[in-house]
Amino acid sequence: MDDRPDAARDRPHEAHSDAARSGEEPAGPDSPGGPHVDEGSSPPAIRLRGLSRDYGGRPALREVDLDLAEGENLALLGPNGSGKSTMLRILATLLRPTSGEVTVLGCTLPDQSWKLRGRIGYLGHEPLLYRDLTGRENLELQARLHGIPRDEASARIEADLDLLEMGRRADDRVSGFSAGMRQRIAICRAVLHRPPLLLLDEPDSNLDPEGRELSRSLIGPAEGRTRVLVSHEPERAKAEADVVVMLDRTGQVAGRTGHRSTEARP
Amino acid sequence: MTPSRSAFAVLLAKDLRTELRTMRSLPAMILFAVTTFIIFRYGLDRTTLSGSLAGGVLWTTLLFAGILGINRVFVSELEEGGFDAIRLAPVDRTVLFASKASALFIYFAVLEAIIVPVFAMFFLPDWSALIPLTLLLAGANLGFAVLGTLISSMAVNSRARDLLVPLLLLPLVVPLMIAVTAASAGLFDAAGPDYEGFGTWLLVVGLYDGVFLLVGYAVFDFLLED
Amino acid sequence: MSGRGLKTLSTATVIVLMAGFAMVFLWVPMDADQGFKQKIFYLHVPLAIVALVGFVAGGVEGYRHLRSGDRRHDVNSYVFIHISVVFGVAVLVTGAIWAKASWGHWWVWDEPTLVSFLIVFLLYSTYYPFRYAIEDRDRQARYASVFAITAGAFVPLNFMAVRMAESIIHPRVFATSEGGLPDSMLLAFTVCLVGTGLLWITLVKIELVGKRVSGQVSRLRRALHDDGTGGGSVGGRIAPSVEAG
Repeated sequence: MDDRPDAARDRPHEAHSDAARSGEEPAGPDSPGGPHVDEGSSPPAIRLRGLSRDYGGRPALREVDLDLAEGENLALLGPNGSGKSTMLRILATLLRPTSGEVTVLGCTLPDQSWKLRGRIGYLGHEPLLYRDLTGRENLELQARLHGIPRDEASARIEADLDLLEMGRRADDRVSGFSAGMRQRIAICRAVLHRPPLLLLDEPDSNLDPEGRELSRSLIGPAEGRTRVLVSHEPERAKAEADVVVMLDRTGQVAGRTGHRSTEARP
Repeated sequence: MTPSRSAFAVLLAKDLRTELRTMRSLPAMILFAVTTFIIFRYGLDRTTLSGSLAGGVLWTTLLFAGILGINRVFVSELEEGGFDAIRLAPVDRTVLFASKASALFIYFAVLEAIIVPVFAMFFLPDWSALIPLTLLLAGANLGFAVLGTLISSMAVNSRARDLLVPLLLLPLVVPLMIAVTAASAGLFDAAGPDYEGFGTWLLVVGLYDGVFLLVGYAVFDFLLED
Repeated sequence: MSGRGLKTLSTATVIVLMAGFAMVFLWVPMDADQGFKQKIFYLHVPLAIVALVGFVAGGVEGYRHLRSGDRRHDVNSYVFIHISVVFGVAVLVTGAIWAKASWGHWWVWDEPTLVSFLIVFLLYSTYYPFRYAIEDRDRQARYASVFAITAGAFVPLNFMAVRMAESIIHPRVFATSEGGLPDSMLLAFTVCLVGTGLLWITLVKIELVGKRVSGQVSRLRRALHDDGTGGGSVGGRIAPSVEAG
């Protein structure tokens, strides 16, 4: 999956809802109700229509529409409690939508979530690591759960740990790690199965500047990698993003910019 | 190995390895059981036990010691994100049910391997009942493990976990307790093991295990969703 | 169910129950052994049967909820179990009175049906604290359905085990309730059973209508204060409310 041709990146941009919505580009007559997507091209990585989620009758997300093409970066911004993490958990199949259509990598959620599992790299607030296992054991467990062959798994684990400069401490128990070290292992865990879609909830939290820099090659923007990034640092997130969506306190979309930033990617 | 079987093995190994490292459940269960024997010795004012009294003391102690382990079986998944990690992986969620029930089964087996001999030393003049007893223990362990996994996964997400596990579990295990105590009453007979009704009760235990295995298998998926 | 349907149903319930009790007290001959106090049989046994059927039906509704995801099945399951627990209290009280009148003790252990019923009742009593302890509404509904299914499967197993224990430990012959009854008793018993069943259905319907009304009220309230604070989610923590219908 890492060798996706560049053609995918050059796909026309109509897949943005914004283009269609703002009237810059009229939607095709044969695609009523939704933005235009070329029939021949592969479906967008993420397509949301009227996504809402309640917690016990209290709405957390309301009527969110969104399209993201494969290989694009989405920045999800908003104040605390605006539903950013909720949205990420829905995309990760961890939470069911209350209503609305959700399609991720061609799978309709929640009905086809079983088809999607294993193709998402989810990095949430919790590191999802067992405290009484070592860093390496946690990663090995993850590899086995995702059915990665043993040799390949240990090679990847070695490489990723070295990349994040965690090789030396990898055989210590996670309970003895600092928050930043846990986050580094959590990053390794999230991408170990080399998922084509990354869902990152403030991935830089607890990381020192060095850690942020090191982790870029694993979770930063890259060819063929679709990313959804929840962030509290609008400037940084916007610089990397193709699409920026702002949520307000009631869980509604408060604003969005759909233009690909013109800066060259690293 | 199929992905699910591999996931089952790795999850079970994780639980056993964690238990070996931290010793969070088993030592407490064993200590609890031995202390309970002592309390029964004075509560009943007996130094030897036979018949239904012996069965009652043994099974009651095992049940309550088992609840200690059942209470904890999903705590690490809840607190350390194991539920999410498994739900993100391309494996059948039932492997979590199977691995947890197996872990509990093994905990109970280890517990019994230690405290049944202690029980025999404390109270039994004649140890010939211990061999057929293992059959009953295996059957009861399966039932306790399956039901304990189901109840623990139901209670772990609620506010009153520690309270709810025994509250839900105790009425549900009454039929199992009836069967195993009735069957072992004959085994512990003062005049040597008496097998009358033993087979029937073993069948009841098997039926109980089967019913709750099916129920657990059928409903467990729904407990993992959010 | 509409108000008129409910009225018809309540009327039918009252008529059948009155007819049943009239038969019991005016027509059926006195029991040879137990005399007048045997009359409580016509109250106690139908209540127990209806409550048990209600528990199992609650499990079936829980199963349908999990299969369909339709919240109304969860509400049905809750109401079935709730009314059956209320009936269960009556079963235990009438059982104790009967035991006191017949054997001079408030509780007898060698009556397996009553003992089984107590165990089942204790299990279903934990339904409320269990439901209450789960805050998220969807999860609460799902977990409650799992409970209903598990407990529903438990009911027959439990009756079997308790009865077996009784017959093996204290071998004695039980005349099953219907077995040796004269025709008049059987007829009166059937009428009482139907009446009690109708009473259960009526109470379930009343409870469901109440749930629907309170669901509509909270929906309206939420519409009035639609400021995202969700003022409508107040109350009904244990008891689910129907908002879909």
